[in-house]
Amino acid sequence: MQVPSMAEMMMNGETPDILFWVGCAGSFDQRAQKITKAFATILNKVGLKYAILGKEEACTGDPARRAGNEFLFQMMAYNNIQILNGYGIKKIVTTCPHCFNILKNEYPELGGTYEVIHHTTLLQQLINEGKIKMKEGGTFKGKRITYHDSCYLGRANGVYEAPRAVLEALDVELVEMKRCRSKGLCCGAGGAQMFKEEEKGTTRINLERTNEALELSPNVIAAACPFCNTMVTDGVKNSEKENEVAVLDIAEMIAASME
Amino acid sequence: MHLIQEVAFIILAVVAIWLFSKKVKEIRRNILLGRDEAFNDHPDKRWRNLLLLAFGQKKMFRNPLVAVMHFVVYAGFIIINAEVLEIVLDGLLGKHRLFAEPLGGLYIFLINAFEVLAFGVLSACAIFLVRRNILKLRRFISKDLNGWPRSDANYILITEIVLMTLFLTMNAADTLLQQRGYSHYAEVNTGNFAISSFIQPLLSGLNSESLEAIERTCWWLHIAGIFAFLNYLPYSKHLHILLAFPNAYYARLEPEGKMKNMPEIQKEVLYAMQPELAPTGEAAAQEEHKKFGAKDVFDLSWRNLLDAYSCTECGRCSAACPANLTGKELSPRKIMMNTRDRLEEVGKNIDKNGQFVDDNKALLRDYITEEELRACTSCNACVEECPVSISPLEIILQMRRYLVMEESNAPQEWNSMFSNTENNFAPWKFAPDERDKWVDEMKG
Ligand code: SF4
Ligand code: SF4
Repeated sequence: MQVPSMAEMMMNGETPDILFWVGCAGSFDQRAQKITKAFATILNKVGLKYAILGKEEACTGDPARRAGNEFLFQMMAYNNIQILNGYGIKKIVTTCPHCFNILKNEYPELGGTYEVIHHTTLLQQLINEGKIKMKEGGTFKGKRITYHDSCYLGRANGVYEAPRAVLEALDVELVEMKRCRSKGLCCGAGGAQMFKEEEKGTTRINLERTNEALELSPNVIAAACPFCNTMVTDGVKNSEKENEVAVLDIAEMIAASME
Repeated sequence: MHLIQEVAFIILAVVAIWLFSKKVKEIRRNILLGRDEAFNDHPDKRWRNLLLLAFGQKKMFRNPLVAVMHFVVYAGFIIINAEVLEIVLDGLLGKHRLFAEPLGGLYIFLINAFEVLAFGVLSACAIFLVRRNILKLRRFISKDLNGWPRSDANYILITEIVLMTLFLTMNAADTLLQQRGYSHYAEVNTGNFAISSFIQPLLSGLNSESLEAIERTCWWLHIAGIFAFLNYLPYSKHLHILLAFPNAYYARLEPEGKMKNMPEIQKEVLYAMQPELAPTGEAAAQEEHKKFGAKDVFDLSWRNLLDAYSCTECGRCSAACPANLTGKELSPRKIMMNTRDRLEEVGKNIDKNGQFVDDNKALLRDYITEEELRACTSCNACVEECPVSISPLEIILQMRRYLVMEESNAPQEWNSMFSNTENNFAPWKFAPDERDKWVDEMKG
C-alpha cells in the first residue's frame, strides 16, 4: 500500500485534498503506529486524495508549550507553518487530539490558518456519505464498548458526538462511564505529563480512569488519542485484564470492520 | 423618638456605604495591578454569557437539585432586598410601610411573595448548612477550607437564616399591631401574610409595647444586618454575589484548549529566523523586556485577578481535577484562593506604604509550590466545572512558563523532552529519519 508524501505529490504536480498530520506518537510509538496504519488504510480504501509530510513533519510543540517552554514551541510552530504554507495546505486531518487542538486553535495567530479536523470527525463524515461501508456481521457487533473522552478533543474543542456516532455505526453496545463527555476524567497524559513521572499521590490518574472503565466490564475501551490509548492500556495491564479487555482506537475498529 | 431613629438610620447608612465603596475601590485597584489584556470583543456573546451564566446560573445546573436551592437563595435574597428599598425610605422619612397605600393590592401580593421566598431561602440555607457540616462531601471537608474559609461559609448561611427570620418576625409583630389598632401601625392595614401568620401565635400573648419593641428591634437588626453583610462581602467568598456578573461578561470566549499566545516570544523567534525583519536602532531599544510567565500577582492578567476575587471556593473544580482526585497536592480551588490571598497581602502593603514595597514574597513558592504546578494535566476539567467562569488553568500555565523560561527550572525528564524536540523534532529520542518508517512497513 502506498502512502504518498507531499514532496512526491509536488513532484508529480498534484495537490492532495487533505493532509494527514501523523504526529510524533503516531510516527514513532509502536502502539500508535498501528493506529496510523489503520487510518492510512481507511484513507486508501475510500480513495481519498491525501498526503503526509513524512520526514518534513516535526513536533507541533504541544508538550513544550504546556510544560512552559514557549520559545521551543514558537520555534517548532514557525518551522511547521513555513512548511505547511509552502505546500499551500488548506485542510488537515490528524489522529492526535493534541496536534488537532494546537493546529486548529494556536497556529492561526502565528500565521498558520487551516481547516483542521480530527480523524473521528472525518470518519463520521465518510460513514454518513456512505464511503465507508461495514462488513456484514462486523467484528464489534453487539460488543460492549465504552468510550473514553480525550480532554483535548472533548472539553478543549467540544467534539463529543463524532466518536460516538462512529461507534454506533459499528452496531456496538455503547455504555457510558459516569464521568463522560464534558465530565470526562483525564487519562493523566496531557500537559506534558506523558513525559515525566507523576507527582506523589494516593494513586495514578490512569489507574483511577481505567478502573472506572473496567467497572462496566467492557469488551473494548475505545479511545481517540494515542496518549489516552497508552495510559489506559497501562491501566488495563495493571489490573491484569489485558486478555479480556482491548484498548483500541476508533480508527482501528473501523479499519477492522469495513469492507 | 422618630427623629432620633431617622438620624441614627442616616448615619448608619452613610457609614456603611462609605466603608463599602472604599473597599470596592481597593479591590478595583488590586485587580488592575494585573497586566492589561483586552476582553471587549463580541459584546453580543458577552451579554449572552452574563444572562446565562450569571443571572441564569447555567453551570450550577450540572447538579439540578443544588442549582434550584442555590437559585432560591440567590433570587430570594435579591428580590427580598427590593423590600429594603421600602425599609430605607421608611427609615429616611420616618414613615411606616410607605408603599402599602400607593401599591394597594399589589403590595399585599408582593409582601406575601417575599415571605414565601424568605421561607425558601431559610430552608435552603438550613439544608446547605447540613450539607456543609454534617454530610461528609469531599469538596467541603477538604483541607483547602481549613480555618477562615470554612467559618466564612457557615457565617453567611447563618446570617441569611437570621435575616430571614427577622424579616418574618417583623411582619408578624407588625400585622398583630395593625390589627390591635396600636399607635401608627394602625395607619395601614395589610392583613395577615402567608408565612408570618404562623409566627403570630408565638407573639400574640405579648402586650403591644413589647410587640412594638420586637418589631422595631427586628427592623433595626434587619437593616443593620444588611449593611453589615454589605461590608462583610469584600472579605468573604460571597463577593461572588457581585463579581460573578463581570466575571461572566469577561468570560473567555475561545475554545478551552487554546493557550494564550506570547507575542513577545513569537517576535523574538521571528527575528531570529528572519533577521531582516528585526527592528534596529531606536525601535530595538524601545522593546522592553517583560517577565516571561508569572511569578507574582503583578505578572498575571487583570482577568486572572478578577477570577481570584470571584471564586466562590465551592471546590467544584478540585472535585473534578484528576490530580486532586488522585491525592496530588494540586487543587485548582487552592490556586484561586492563594492568588486572592496574595493579592490582598499586596493590597495591604500598598495601603500601608503608599506603593508596593518589596516584601521578599511572591505567589510562587510562598503560596503555590512547584509540585502543585507540575501536577496539572491541562485537562480543563476545572475550567469546565467552574460556575463563575474562572480559569485556574491559565494561572498554572503562566506560572509554569515562569519556572521554565525565567528560572530554567524543569524536571530532568522535561529537559530531555525539550532537547529531543529541539534536536530530533519529536519529544522522544528517535532519529528524525525514522519518522516515516511506518510507511515502508505498509508497503509489504
Ligand atoms: S486543568 Fe489542571 S488543575 Fe484543572 S482540573 Fe485539570 S489537572 Fe486539575
Ligand atoms: S474556581 Fe470556580 S469551581 Fe473552583 S472553587 Fe472557585 S468558583 Fe468553585
